[in-house]
Amino acid sequence: MSPINLNRAHMPEQEPNIRAHNFAEVNTGLTPELAKQEAARCLFCKKPTCIEGCPVHINIPHFIQAILEDHPDEAVRRIRVDNSLPAICGRVCPQETQCEEKCVLAKKGAPIAIGALERFVGDHAIRACILPDMSNVRANGRKIAIIGSGPSGLTCAGELIKFGYAVTVFEALHELGGVLSYGIPEFRLPKEMIVKCEIDTLKNMGVQFVPNAVIGKIHTIPELQDMGYDAIYIATGAGYPTFMNIPGEDLNYVYSANEFLTRVNLMQAFKGDQSATPIYIGKRVAVIGGGNTALDSARSALRLGAEKVYIVYRRSEAEMPGRAEEIKHAKEEGIDFQLLTLPLEYLSHPNGSVRAMRCIRMELAEPDASGRRKPVPIAGSEFEFQIDSAVVAIGTQANPIIAATTPGLETNKWGYITANESGETNLKNVFAGGDIVSGSATVILAMGAGRTAAGQIHESLNSAK
Amino acid sequence: MFDLLTKHLIAPNVWRYSIRAPEIAVKRQAGHFVILRPAANSERIPLTIVASDPAAGTLDIIFQVVGATTRELAALPEGGAIHDIAGPLGHPTHIEKFGTAVMVGGGVGIAPLLPIAQAFKQKGNRVITILGGRSQDFLILENDLKPVSDELFIATDDGSRGQKGLVTDVLKTIISKEKIDIIVAIGPVVMMKAVAELTRPQGIKTMVSLNPLMIDGTGMCGVCRCKVAGKTKFACVDGPEFDGHQVDFDSLKRRLSMFKDEEKKRMEAGN
Ligand SMILES: Cc1cc2nc3c(=O)[nH]c(=O)nc-3n(C[C@H](O)[C@H](O)[C@H](O)COP(=O)(O)OP(=O)(O)OC[C@H]3O[C@@H](n4cnc5c(N)ncnc54)[C@H](O)[C@@H]3O)c2cc1C
Ligand code: FES
Repeated sequence: MSPINLNRAHMPEQEPNIRAHNFAEVNTGLTPELAKQEAARCLFCKKPTCIEGCPVHINIPHFIQAILEDHPDEAVRRIRVDNSLPAICGRVCPQETQCEEKCVLAKKGAPIAIGALERFVGDHAIRACILPDMSNVRANGRKIAIIGSGPSGLTCAGELIKFGYAVTVFEALHELGGVLSYGIPEFRLPKEMIVKCEIDTLKNMGVQFVPNAVIGKIHTIPELQDMGYDAIYIATGAGYPTFMNIPGEDLNYVYSANEFLTRVNLMQAFKGDQSATPIYIGKRVAVIGGGNTALDSARSALRLGAEKVYIVYRRSEAEMPGRAEEIKHAKEEGIDFQLLTLPLEYLSHPNGSVRAMRCIRMELAEPDASGRRKPVPIAGSEFEFQIDSAVVAIGTQANPIIAATTPGLETNKWGYITANESGETNLKNVFAGGDIVSGSATVILAMGAGRTAAGQIHESLNSAK
Repeated sequence: MFDLLTKHLIAPNVWRYSIRAPEIAVKRQAGHFVILRPAANSERIPLTIVASDPAAGTLDIIFQVVGATTRELAALPEGGAIHDIAGPLGHPTHIEKFGTAVMVGGGVGIAPLLPIAQAFKQKGNRVITILGGRSQDFLILENDLKPVSDELFIATDDGSRGQKGLVTDVLKTIISKEKIDIIVAIGPVVMMKAVAELTRPQGIKTMVSLNPLMIDGTGMCGVCRCKVAGKTKFACVDGPEFDGHQVDFDSLKRRLSMFKDEEKKRMEAGN
């Protein structure tokens, strides 16, 4: 056996001072040589712990083996058994707390770059136009409605079409993809090249998409059932922005992250003058929050030309829920992290636009019973700083439209739809999954829920025969 | 794509469009709006559904050309198509038999008022309508409102039609003379605020329909947030109608001015 190689492949990326001014992808992807070198580091463990770390249990060594053997098409086939959107997951999964954390080489500080390899395989599938094999699929005459075209809805659609169902995805917005399109920015997840291609693959497989269809308004769930849909999968996400309810939050140029990112991504403000939808950020931007949404907003603001961008987060870096790579990239690009800092108020210019924000410094208290260190304000540490715009990225809640228009559908006290681990709700043949069930989580968990629900839908409809 | 069947200029810069949108036409009730995008790269804008014909599969909208997107919309030819329409959105108006209902409409705010007045009349209310505008030329839908109004008053800024003055002058006279059970006021923010202030002392139920900026219309972006009774509400899913006595109109007015400068720049650049 060859000696252990701890020389982890480094994903080529744009230089920080250049990429901070453009919306092109930060990471440029492994070359075939680099991918093969990295694949060669895999120990192909008898009991691969990486698989345990993956929420959808991709057979990781199996696809890495195909890369090593120069069979990228085969690697695509292998990965697609468990994950229909590898080019997306390879880019946005928090690998450092999932598969890569469990890699045996992680103990030596050099886990296999599984995310980078997954992306390599996903990109190969897109470049080489490798479509899933549908030759054995026979239409079974049954119809499924999927509500929401985010990763959960897309995955569920991709699975069900392979079972022979007629699948229709209803999407409220004019564009498909959910957070993949309106939330995660171009420089992390290219829209034309990646998101649209993955959706086109589903279209080619026969999935029907209906944009501009707000379910609950244009058709309710009972009406969809009357229209002949045998089962319904609700994957509407958790896109209902939360505000802190502090003074001045209604001032002009205080945005929710969803508004800001929607203007930038979905309405293409990132294309500058070519976009019809305006955005104003000024020179100094404060982003409130510590998750991926906050990091994405801050880095987008920088790319739109802000001179100074702050991240204001009430805990310390260790608690930041964002992906490690994004935190690192944001720092390299010069984002100013104001940690252990809590916003108290936005202050106004006479014309009603935001002028400054007032904050207070925090410290972490002694660990409580659960071991968590709660941030508490430091008396007398209030301070003020000038800003021209602010982006509130402190989280989202469940959108109420579906629950309010579906009689009897059970939700929990926060308004999330109640579903069991196979995606069944309390209503017959109505399933749900992704962020609308779990609360804001991750792309891979949303996909996993979509896949599980597809399996359950198939089983339920067939046992009911 | 949604076919534009007919277009009529009903006042200077104000258009009435009839559009083919059969599924929305079937579901639409008074108070509903749509979000549309004229073309593939346009902004999304909200517009109230003024009328619909479920049998014909059509719905009507009325809009004033005020910015880049409405200008783009106005440029579409009959027989052309609107790229995206999502709806019907918002809560429909709560209609019941209250007794005497006063409908106050100002400017293009008369458009969303029409279906509400019709619905109130149909439910058996006595309907008094007050229409306001800059001058005679800017008054719209008078002939559509007449048949559903037991009384109809007009006020114009320049006195070219009806009484010279504001709709609130007319309203003041009416509420001093008889018991009013509900008022619905739709128009410029200053008008809605003035109506709400006028009726507050007497505690007359006053509904207003808010017109903040919107993007998605589904509760996703929060740009439509308004302060109502001190709480943040999203006009697109919680409204667009609210109790006028609880709305923070100053905040609304401020937020409506948000992109004025950028809009102006783009209008100028487009010329
Ligand atoms: C800015 C941002 C960055 C993120 N970064 C990461 C990351 O790096 N890694 C990661 O793993 N996760 C990330 N996440 C989280 C991840 O995107 C979500 O967990 C995931 O997208 C949830 O998928 P979903 O399919 O459940 O819902 P969504 O992606 O939210 O999709 C729901 C879709 O349903 C539509 N919809 C809603 N209501 C209706 C209705 N009534 N009728 C019809 N359609 C409706 C919505 O318009 C939307 O398109 C990020 C999230 C955000 C906001
Ligand atoms: S318009 Fe986006 S939340 Fe209301």
